[in-house]
Amino acid sequence: MASTDAEAAGAAPPVRRSRAEKNRKYWRDNLTVMVSLLAVWFAVSYGAGILFRDFLDQFSVGTAPMGFWFAQQGSIFVFVALIFVYHALMTRIERRYDAEE
Amino acid sequence: MEIFGLSPTLFWTGFFVISTFGAYIAIAVWARAGTTNDFYVAGHDVHPVFNGMATAADWMSAASYLSMAGLIAFSGYDGSVFLMGWTGGFVLLALLLAPYLRKFGKFTVPDFIGDRYYSQTARIVAVICALFVSFTYIAGQMRGTGIAFSNFLGVPIELGVIIGAIIVLFYAVLGGMKGVTYTQVAQYCVLIFAFLVPAIFLSMQITGMAIPQLGFIGTTTEGEPLLARLDQTLMDLGFAAYTAGQKSTIDVFAITLALMVGTAGLPHVIIRFFTVPKASDARKSAGWALVFIAALYVTAPAVAVFARANFVETVNESEYSIDVRRGEAQAADMGPDATPQWFYNWERTGLLEFTDRNNDGRIQYHADPEINEVTRLDQDIFVLANPEIGGLPSWVIGLVVAGGLAAALSTAAGLLMVISSAVSHDLCKKVLFKGLSDGQELLIARLAAVGAVMVAILAGIYPPGFVAAVVAFAFGLAASSFFPAIFLGIFWKRMNKHGAIWGMSTGLLLTGAYIGHFKIGYSSMALGIIALILALSALILHIGTREERKSAFSGFIVGAGVFAVLGLAGLSGLLPSFAMGTEDQWFLTISPEGFGTVGMLVSFIVSVSVSLATKAPPQAVQDMVEEIRLPSGSHAGTTPAHAG
Repeated sequence: MASTDAEAAGAAPPVRRSRAEKNRKYWRDNLTVMVSLLAVWFAVSYGAGILFRDFLDQFSVGTAPMGFWFAQQGSIFVFVALIFVYHALMTRIERRYDAEE
Repeated sequence: MEIFGLSPTLFWTGFFVISTFGAYIAIAVWARAGTTNDFYVAGHDVHPVFNGMATAADWMSAASYLSMAGLIAFSGYDGSVFLMGWTGGFVLLALLLAPYLRKFGKFTVPDFIGDRYYSQTARIVAVICALFVSFTYIAGQMRGTGIAFSNFLGVPIELGVIIGAIIVLFYAVLGGMKGVTYTQVAQYCVLIFAFLVPAIFLSMQITGMAIPQLGFIGTTTEGEPLLARLDQTLMDLGFAAYTAGQKSTIDVFAITLALMVGTAGLPHVIIRFFTVPKASDARKSAGWALVFIAALYVTAPAVAVFARANFVETVNESEYSIDVRRGEAQAADMGPDATPQWFYNWERTGLLEFTDRNNDGRIQYHADPEINEVTRLDQDIFVLANPEIGGLPSWVIGLVVAGGLAAALSTAAGLLMVISSAVSHDLCKKVLFKGLSDGQELLIARLAAVGAVMVAILAGIYPPGFVAAVVAFAFGLAASSFFPAIFLGIFWKRMNKHGAIWGMSTGLLLTGAYIGHFKIGYSSMALGIIALILALSALILHIGTREERKSAFSGFIVGAGVFAVLGLAGLSGLLPSFAMGTEDQWFLTISPEGFGTVGMLVSFIVSVSVSLATKAPPQAVQDMVEEIRLPSGSHAGTTPAHAG
């Protein structure tokens, strides 16, 4: 189990890294995941639902204008997915750097 | 028709209300709290899915349940701010706050602020904010409970408020967070079932689709696209199209952001994530909470469209019968064009009113006030009226009322926990009497809950004039004071106590002044703000160190200064007028509801610049931040010694 995780981590060398270094990498990966997911969060709500809504309204989801749909339905579906994706990614990162509880 | 001598609606309402209340009490007895750990955080032992349900019930108040769909029905696209704002905040909570606060492992939000900023003054400011937000919020819940009782069970509002308060008191005092959590799980099940059943029936009637979200993007049973047809119908009557908005884009943006950030900063939502066993459970739990919340929030816009379409199509140009109004005939016997029965029923409550201006015996519903004959239309009636509008059996109406009460009571209970822990733990244990034993603290927590309920009963019976401004206040203050302090406390080690005190007091004063100016008017607002600042100042003078006092007062002065600059710059005419501000004076067209966004930005800027100008926090605090960022070891609750 541990060895497959080390392989999954890509370049992870077999030597044991120090706790401090693992912690630093853990935090860096956490920030990367966080910022990417927040970009999606911003894009579906403030982007699709508000700022670019007039442009998107020329397309439709079912019979609803797309910008309007994102503001009232789509963004909420994406929000739910985002939290679970975050949880899954973080669980993997925690395992990679032995930061589990 | 009658059951035990009661009308079917009254019978079923009574049946559902009494049986659900009985269930809540039984759960409370089963989940009694024995220790402060049980009382404040349910022993850190709640399963993430259950915690998600409890958070959902805690979060969805009487406003979400009863008012939101009606509000969206009459504001169309503009209603999106509530949909996105009150769900998107959970993404911020899961990604930015919940896991770290759980890892921190204490009981309350002021706990975190006080420890992270190594300052009793910061703790006190946080306690005051938490109490202020919670009290304003709880008043609305008690009022909602009273109204539901009086409209459906024929009890006076006052008695309804008292019955509701006693039930909440019973399980909050006995069970603390543990009792509240498991009752909220039951309350969630009641409220979501009660919301979805009528929505599914209405969707089938109007679009032929059993799933309301598909009906929303589907076609009517006659094959026309639902939203396009509603747009057309409304424009023919002189209204704006449903899918078009009235608010400026920047205002929609600002309100949505203020609501999202405010959600993430509300203490009664945050403390829910202290109850799960591990930091990773906090993120999972936030995910589940949003699933359960989304179940209602993606259904509400569909209900809104159905309600508006139904209202226009069945009421406009219908034949009104005075015989039905007098109760001497049934609407069903009056022919195909007759005004539906539910219209008369709600007219009797005074929440709906028809004036036949042109004496043609028909109801004209129009945007032009000269032509419009629906002279009073309370948007709050739609969720309650929907079962009747859809012609659903009377047990559904009883279920919907029980759902509304579940929503109001579960939120009230969550707020009660914040108030009681703020008083007993943050104020008494951490500031006033440091030597309290666990048993004494538990007793004070229970007494504080009783005291808070008494105040809530009074606030529910004699609602203070500022209730209309409550939502804007609670979210604006949470967004502009708590959120920046907590966020920077986790993600920026260099953030120090002066930054936090300056930032919180600036955000508090600036947002409070803006909302007060436009929602309450200058004179009464000034009194409220002055009272708040005097109270804060007295406490800070009593407790704070010399330098902390200076920080707090400087923050207040900066807040007042920014407000004055906004006014003097002539952007909004904020200062010259002593009457209530008007819409054309809004700063950059941003409404008071959205101003929390501006307050938050100012608070961020002030916090960062003040921190950089003063000395870095002590090493022990920086180490604590390092610890919080790593998930390992949160089982223990407190952080282990800092090794290596």
